[in-house]
Amino acid sequence: MELAPSPSSSSAAPPSAPGAPAPKRRAYGDWLYALALVTGACFAFLRYGQAMDGYDAAILVLHVPILAALGRAWRPFRPFLAIVAVLALAGIWLYQGDPARAEQTFFLKYLISSQAAIAWMSALFFIATGAYWLGMAARSDFAERTGSALTWAASVMGATGLFVRWYESYLLGPDIGHIPISNLYEVFVLFSLITALLYLFYEGRYGTRKLGAFVLLTVSIAVAFLLWYAFTREAYQIQPLVPALQSYWMKVHVPANFVGYGGFALAAMAGAAHLLVSRGILAGRLPAPKVLEDVMYKAIAIGFAFFTIATILGALWAAEAWGSYWSWDPKETWALIVWLNYAIWLHMRLTRGLRGAMLAWWALGGLLVTTFAFLGVNMFLSGLHSYGSL
Amino acid sequence: MMGDGESVPFLLSLFLSGLVPDGFLPQRPRMQQGASARVSAIQALIELLSSMRFAISLLTVLAIASIIGTVVQQNEPANAYLNQFGQFWEPVFARMGLYSVYGAGWFLAILAFLVLSTMLCIIRQATPMLREMRGFHEHAREVSLRLFAHHASLVPTLPPQARRGAVTDYLAGEGFRFRIDEREDGALVAARQGGAGRIGYFLAHTAIVLICAGGLLDGDLPLALQMYLGDKAPTSGNRPVADIPASARLGPDNWSYRGNVYIPEGGSADFAVLNAGDGILLQSLPFRVALQRFRIDYYASGMPRRYASDLVITDNDSGERFERTLEVNKPFTYRGVTLFQSGFDDGGSRLRFTVRDLAPGAHPPYPFAGEVGARIPLETLGYGYTLEITGFRPINVENMAATAPGGGFESFFGGGANAQSGKKPRNLGPSYTFKLRDAAGQAREFSNYMLPVEIDGRWYLYSGMRASQMEPFSYLRIPLDGDAGVDAWFAIRHIFFDPARLDALAARFAARNLDGDDSTLRERLKEAAGHTLALFADGGFAAISEFIEKSIPEAERERSGAAFLQIIQGLTWDAWMIAREEAGQAALEPGEAHAPFVRDALIALADSSRYGAPFYLQLNAYEQRQATVLQATRSPGKALVYSGALLLALGVFGMLYIRERRLFVLLKNDETLLAMSSNRKTIDLDETFARHRDALAAALGATAPQN
Repeated sequence: MELAPSPSSSSAAPPSAPGAPAPKRRAYGDWLYALALVTGACFAFLRYGQAMDGYDAAILVLHVPILAALGRAWRPFRPFLAIVAVLALAGIWLYQGDPARAEQTFFLKYLISSQAAIAWMSALFFIATGAYWLGMAARSDFAERTGSALTWAASVMGATGLFVRWYESYLLGPDIGHIPISNLYEVFVLFSLITALLYLFYEGRYGTRKLGAFVLLTVSIAVAFLLWYAFTREAYQIQPLVPALQSYWMKVHVPANFVGYGGFALAAMAGAAHLLVSRGILAGRLPAPKVLEDVMYKAIAIGFAFFTIATILGALWAAEAWGSYWSWDPKETWALIVWLNYAIWLHMRLTRGLRGAMLAWWALGGLLVTTFAFLGVNMFLSGLHSYGSL
Repeated sequence: MMGDGESVPFLLSLFLSGLVPDGFLPQRPRMQQGASARVSAIQALIELLSSMRFAISLLTVLAIASIIGTVVQQNEPANAYLNQFGQFWEPVFARMGLYSVYGAGWFLAILAFLVLSTMLCIIRQATPMLREMRGFHEHAREVSLRLFAHHASLVPTLPPQARRGAVTDYLAGEGFRFRIDEREDGALVAARQGGAGRIGYFLAHTAIVLICAGGLLDGDLPLALQMYLGDKAPTSGNRPVADIPASARLGPDNWSYRGNVYIPEGGSADFAVLNAGDGILLQSLPFRVALQRFRIDYYASGMPRRYASDLVITDNDSGERFERTLEVNKPFTYRGVTLFQSGFDDGGSRLRFTVRDLAPGAHPPYPFAGEVGARIPLETLGYGYTLEITGFRPINVENMAATAPGGGFESFFGGGANAQSGKKPRNLGPSYTFKLRDAAGQAREFSNYMLPVEIDGRWYLYSGMRASQMEPFSYLRIPLDGDAGVDAWFAIRHIFFDPARLDALAARFAARNLDGDDSTLRERLKEAAGHTLALFADGGFAAISEFIEKSIPEAERERSGAAFLQIIQGLTWDAWMIAREEAGQAALEPGEAHAPFVRDALIALADSSRYGAPFYLQLNAYEQRQATVLQATRSPGKALVYSGALLLALGVFGMLYIRERRLFVLLKNDETLLAMSSNRKTIDLDETFARHRDALAAALGATAPQN
């Protein structure tokens, strides 16, 4: 019996492709996870239902299928979510309604008050970056595994920090409490977290940790900026919301945007790695060009899809807050420029079949455009959207 | 507009020259060959307009044009641009429409071309795409299947008929739809899934057309057309509403608009003001809006928490009347017009002042009243100024930082809720601003606080002054005396700067410091004091130091400077004591306890010579009247834009995430040939193909191929 597999198809199913794990057990896990989500949502509703309005309840209900789907598509997300839930609830429980306990309780002071957790996240991201670089330099699988584990740990601390901070904001006063995505400090935590999680997803998907050094470098730069900003400007203080930000749209508009930014950052790093590898630099220490190209496309695809949603949501919000869904405000205009940039990128790849160095350079340049839209507009241009000013 | 029209083809040709391949555009000689050549030229043009190159060039031009609009501040007054760009470039840029890029003819033309190009693209792609979506390619030839990047050949153990059943069962189970083509040497099972991804293409591209069309309807274009075609023209905003001509008024049936509605408390309006170039247009609303009350709620920190207008809306046609509270982020739509809370202003608060003349020997303080927004000539009071009361704020929360920002490591930790140290919000009470305009039209602006402010245990009354809008305010700090309050300093000033009282003040100072018999020495001290006082009255500390530099040898300057300071401080003390005597208050014992007041009073005396106003306007009482600024918009294109946005979101996800896959299984007597293709060539395809190949091999009883 002769078989004739084509050369290209022999090149590989990724090692991580689940070689069909016992489907029964997987199904049990799915059910258990879904059950935990439903229980959590019911508990939240029974406990806080009277404080919720229609939107709150709808969002709570929607979380169940969304998180269930996410956990199904990406299994490591389940333990991540579970640990974050336990730590965040522990933080809330330890506070017992008294903000002063952040100073008095050991676990709060050194581990899971929002500031401590975010400090841990920062430290862990730095160490993870070092581990990934060491792994790349020494071709050490162990160091890369350590980097991966540390990135998970940093993400857990970052997410915990944000959830606990959400609770802390209510300790300042019921009218002050709000979701912690309202200023530059908070969204930088969100950006680091989302970029790291997106990377971890693709790390598992492609079964290669070799890109970690590059992606974690961007995350580390973001964290360094975060710390500088926090220490020089006391940006970590929880501030009440100005009236224009008191809207439901914020809860969806901001996270959607940061999935976009995170995707674009990841794509830019894959692009940078692609450029190096295709010139023979670090070849063998970085993933194969084909994998990098694939990561780049997928990161831009997910970034673009979410950025589209975020911009639409932004327009819907602008219609309520500023009186017009589109007023060519600098932030809006730069969002359009970012969107156009990646729209052209996708057309080039999907319709014209462009590949290689050109697209990699473009993805790298795209990050500059994105960074300007995210930070530059706030620093250099004035407009309505001056919430995260430096 | 003509200039804009010409620049469009130029820009496009610039961008396209590098992108259009040779032979793509019709050649000139061929165009002269009659009707058939003309038809092919039109075809070529359509081809060009609907091509990817053209669309991508347009997107690039659009992105660059958008950048210009964020770099050049839009819709500023003309003289701001003149300052920024100078005499030469200002009109050039104005002609290019750079001051309102997004409404410029060439920008709209780019958008129009984008819409056209996208529409042509959709039309051109529709037929092939639909065919592709429905078709199975069941006539694919064996040769071409073998050329697929993903193909594999399995040697069968089962006869073709048995294999066919196994294959179709497998494909159906995997969610494929398929069609079978019977051939001489066997059969081809052509299967596909994920065809809906192509619907994503239609949705996303139709969305672009819808969004642009809706945006154009709601943009400046309809108004520009009315001004161009009709008899409408903007007019100057500096006149009463009643004087605005019909040509600058737009009826309630106007298609789309966005304007401001200013309503003071107790007042009402049934029109919005639209800005058009340097002038305005009045837009009638189909209802009248009255403001009962404007409210600002604050957080404990003093930050505003909520802006709300209590409105009464009366329909102009039906007379229907209802109340409504409008807030930021909570707009309200009535009869197609949406109202938004966009700002607030003073609506003419009534302020009652005391005028404290600063000139020595002038009349005692007297009352005076005015309201915000008023311009009051002061000739009757003997001043050559016009008073313009420009603003009033009842609450001024300032952050009196206890520590410098950068609380450091300790305050970083310990939870966001606790890290509120270092900031001490404090309400400084009401403030008011006014301008004093002299006969030449020059104005100084003043910003005064009604209540004294405590700094390190001492109390001051603050008054800010600036000679131009560009400068920050510089503050006069008037110290308060323990029992006499603010009166003390004004009394001191009157005595201090009164030439008629100079002699007596100097004599009193000399007598207090030299009470012995040496009258010559005392006389000399009195003279020195008189001279110092005259210098100070003339030019403050600067005059004294100038005098020292001119007439005292360098070695002695420091000592004599100290002596002058002592004299001038002593004179301040004596003026204070005289003031207290005249007010019937007890004299004070000289001592360290009073030194800070003397020092502050002296600084204020020095600063007051540069104050630039003949009087101090002190606020005693106020009746606040606020005004709300609403935005009224009518945007009928919104429905189009929103439905476009929905299609866009669905389309983008469809295009990127519904993967079209085609699997071909050619069943021959001696071979089973598998081939797979997809419109998205990612690594997943390798994986998916391997999975199908192995599964089919198993189902067909063939050995799974080895990698």
